[in-house]
Amino acid sequence: MTATDVKSPGLLAGLIGVARRDLLLAWKRPGDILNPLFFFAMVAALFPLAVGPSAEQLEFSGPAVLWVAALLAMLLSLNSLFLSDYEDGSLDQMLVSQTPLTVLALGKSIAHWLTSGLPLVLVSPVVALTFRMPFSVIGILMLTLLLGTISLSMLGSIGAALTVGLHRGTALLSLVVLPLAMPVLIFGSRTVALVAAGDGAAGGLYFLAAYAVLVLSFAPFATAAALRISNE
Amino acid sequence: MLSGTDLSLLRGDCCLFTDLSFALNSGELLLLEGRNGSGKTSLMRALAGLIEFESGDLHWDGVAVRKNRQAFHASLVWMAHRVGFKADLTLVENLNFEAVLRPQSDVDFDALLDRLGISRLQRLPMRSLSAGQQRRVALARMSLADSPLWMMDEPFTNLDREGRALVMKLVDEHLGDGGMCIMAVHQDVEVDKTVQRIQL
Repeated sequence: MTATDVKSPGLLAGLIGVARRDLLLAWKRPGDILNPLFFFAMVAALFPLAVGPSAEQLEFSGPAVLWVAALLAMLLSLNSLFLSDYEDGSLDQMLVSQTPLTVLALGKSIAHWLTSGLPLVLVSPVVALTFRMPFSVIGILMLTLLLGTISLSMLGSIGAALTVGLHRGTALLSLVVLPLAMPVLIFGSRTVALVAAGDGAAGGLYFLAAYAVLVLSFAPFATAAALRISNE
Repeated sequence: MLSGTDLSLLRGDCCLFTDLSFALNSGELLLLEGRNGSGKTSLMRALAGLIEFESGDLHWDGVAVRKNRQAFHASLVWMAHRVGFKADLTLVENLNFEAVLRPQSDVDFDALLDRLGISRLQRLPMRSLSAGQQRRVALARMSLADSPLWMMDEPFTNLDREGRALVMKLVDEHLGDGGMCIMAVHQDVEVDKTVQRIQL
């Protein structure tokens, strides 16, 4: 048991390992992925039916409805992020792991984005067609969702970590995450609306990208700290 | 070597213990004994670094644990009440994930599963295993880890007589290899190694 012949897990191996485990779990329980996706598709598909066939109104409300639906769908998927790990004791095992908790938290957030954010981005063009969105605008919508959902996954992991020890912390989770998610919602939907009105998208996309990078760089540390506190 | 000096722990406004000191050397077993609810698990969690001691210092190899938590966690493998396996993954997938968490020894995987009597269950999802079988997988995690310090919280729970004997045999071998073990129990344990006891 000397230090030299020990096969220590590297940081990258830890990151990939935990992300792969969560993806495998999602693959074995596809319902967890499909639920938020189904919610997103339902809201976006029912809205045009309720508003009526007026093309003008649909084009006007499309970006806002799609973005609100995406935000709520992400929130819906967040509650389970750490809950099952907390309940079956895996979280305790991660807390006493040699691999830093920050790395494990980042790996879990990446897996969460791949199973909840990315599917939303991929189905959004289909859903956007029901709002008579032109293809050029759909491209921008996908870009804003791509950047926005990364931020939402990372921000959400902080909220999920803070509320993991509380029973029925769903409402609290939304309260923690929503204020931080507001810039994403505002810039996401307004960028799409501006492009639809003939303006440029660069400003909004730059902001969303900057916000994603900012959140990506501090959220794993905050998540790890929150996990330690809520698991005491 | 793991040593604690003047440790004390509060849970809520109730003081579990004060001025607890111990020193655990390689090859030694530390038994935490006490009634249900006397704070064995809390002490175990505090030793593992999941909760903070109210006061006192914990040292691993002469370095304060709070200063080098990563080195401490690399030398530690923990068997808790909840086994910490994913119910939807198979036994092998669960044990493979261990390599992400801590250094692994070069123990023969198949021989170990054989010895623990769980080699037939390799391809089954964890949820279809009985509680005792899941504890046996948790024992496999201990042996697979290349960690000198074993922490076991009520390791005999759910195990049959043969399983309980196996736990003692594994611990015995681990201590013989120069390892250390901290065990929380509420029944008598027979070992021929150096035993320290903390009565809570």
